[in-house]
Amino acid sequence: MAGEDVIISVRGLRNQFGPQVVHDGLDLDVRRGEVIGIVGGSGTGKSVLLRSIVGLNRPVAGRIEVFGQDLMALDEPARRRQEQRWGVLFQDGALFSSLTVTENVQVPMREHLDLPPRLMDELAALKIGLVGLPAEAGGKLPGQLSGGMRKRAGLARALGLDPEIVFLDEPTAGLDPIGAAAFDDLIRRLQGSLGLTVFMVTHDLDSLYAICDRIAVLAEKRVIVSGTIDELIAFDHPWVRDYFQGPRGQAAAARRDRGRGGGS
Amino acid sequence: MTDSAELHIARSGEGLDIRIAGGWTVAAAAGVDARLRALEAERPARARFELGGLSTLDTAGAFLLCRTIGALEAAGVRVEVGGVAPRHRLLLETVAAARRPPLPPEPRINPALRILAGIGEATAGIGAEFMRLLGFTGIVVETLGRTLLRPGRLRVVSLVHHMEQAGLNAVPIIALITFLIGAVVTFLGSDILTTFGAEVYTINLLAFAFLREFGVLLAAIMVAGRSGSAFTAQIGSMRAREEVDAMQTLGLDPIEVLVLPRLIALVIALPLLTVVGDLAGIAGGLIVSWAMLDMTPWLFIARLTEVAEARHFLAGLIKAPFFAFVIATIGCFQGLLVEGTAESVGRRTTLSVVEAIFLVIVLDAAFAIFFIEVGW
Repeated sequence: MAGEDVIISVRGLRNQFGPQVVHDGLDLDVRRGEVIGIVGGSGTGKSVLLRSIVGLNRPVAGRIEVFGQDLMALDEPARRRQEQRWGVLFQDGALFSSLTVTENVQVPMREHLDLPPRLMDELAALKIGLVGLPAEAGGKLPGQLSGGMRKRAGLARALGLDPEIVFLDEPTAGLDPIGAAAFDDLIRRLQGSLGLTVFMVTHDLDSLYAICDRIAVLAEKRVIVSGTIDELIAFDHPWVRDYFQGPRGQAAAARRDRGRGGGS
Repeated sequence: MTDSAELHIARSGEGLDIRIAGGWTVAAAAGVDARLRALEAERPARARFELGGLSTLDTAGAFLLCRTIGALEAAGVRVEVGGVAPRHRLLLETVAAARRPPLPPEPRINPALRILAGIGEATAGIGAEFMRLLGFTGIVVETLGRTLLRPGRLRVVSLVHHMEQAGLNAVPIIALITFLIGAVVTFLGSDILTTFGAEVYTINLLAFAFLREFGVLLAAIMVAGRSGSAFTAQIGSMRAREEVDAMQTLGLDPIEVLVLPRLIALVIALPLLTVVGDLAGIAGGLIVSWAMLDMTPWLFIARLTEVAEARHFLAGLIKAPFFAFVIATIGCFQGLLVEGTAESVGRRTTLSVVEAIFLVIVLDAAFAIFFIEVGW
């Protein structure tokens, strides 16, 4: 375990809002180049964990290291450099509503790099194409897009600077099954070709089966188990059992097996 | 890991040998973009790309390669690509598949024509919005009539809440502003009237100006800025989060639930704020007369009761409910027109304040003409 390339390391994380303790003694390792899925019931603090790692939420206690550095201990310029090395896709895309999709994608390029305008236009068009949006979407404002398209546009912006880690907060929630499957496929493809590390908060069992290398389960204020899907299915904990052995979990597993059978 | 992008172009007879090495990433893209564009414009018989020395490649680097290779191939150049590492091949394929043909440029329009079209569009827009405002006012009056017939349907808690927010909480700021304006009017008025030896008429000026116009107008403008904008922002963000739609599906009438309590609260609060404004303005005048004109407060009040007739006070006060109606209606109307984005909330809030103040002043002018005609 120690020999592997750990890109995110969380130790003893404690998060608390008033009297409500969300995390207590949470440990998690994410390895370079893997797709990790974070699952857990509603209110177990999946999004809070994501926000803590990217520095949007200051933990009460504990240590979070990304690329071997503690974000909270860095000075401002180092922190900005660090932030360029990851991209975040928020639940509803969080696009800037006064900018077009193209301009949204160009925001990180404009801010951090000095590129010729024509190349920026071409790169923005490429990212828009990469996430599977039609070219016309580039000129539209976020308000004119559907929820699924906003999500894709948000991913295009998160990929703007070719980050090493992408954080996804429920990327397939609210997408139709075809769109969700396409999104899964997109993330897998980008992950494979760009060597991305993907940190994904999700409820989507199909996504878990389709693209996650490893899954971490949040319950009882910490990560109770992390491992491959087969390891989790064998794990003995009531919530984990209900999650993977329940009707939806069974159906997703059956779909995966059928997919494998058809493929070989 | 941040080694720079290397691009070596060598000529061999009819063709080009292009060696790509180093780190082709978005950070290094600006350095090679111009040279690649120059290369794309050339027409060699053949071109050979050697990618063996490539250490890192990201989508921007892959895009540049795809663009150049694509442009050369389109120009009929025989292109060979060699030395592609397997991990780079997948990325190059992904990027090649994601490329889209560039969009046709926007058609150019004569600038003069565009300005004319803009004016026309804006005019038509104002006309259309005014018609919608009239329609909305009709719905509000109809709902108001229905609710007054069945007072049980009135949301009392909401009404009291808005009276506190828009009325009671506005007292300090309105008192302060009218006090200051009252002081200024008295000061300037006495300064000018003294040159005619008519400084005793300063009180007439103050009483006339404040009771008829300034008290109500200043209160209305402050309320439009404070509460009209708040109504738009509140209702607008509810619209943006589909709360208004949810209300409708639950069988609640947004006009009855959202608009009426605000409207009635303002119609009650603004006349009261007008009285506050009248009193504070006159108090400002009193202080200035005492300090600058050596007029004792007793003399001031005695003069005031002589010149300030009840009809002046009523002429000001009677306008307040009408102004309140205009401010509340426009504030709620603009809020309900919000289209789901934060930007739309901001735009509608601005419009709400501008339109409300504009209409209040237009209405005030109409009242002035009316009062002159009826000899009030």
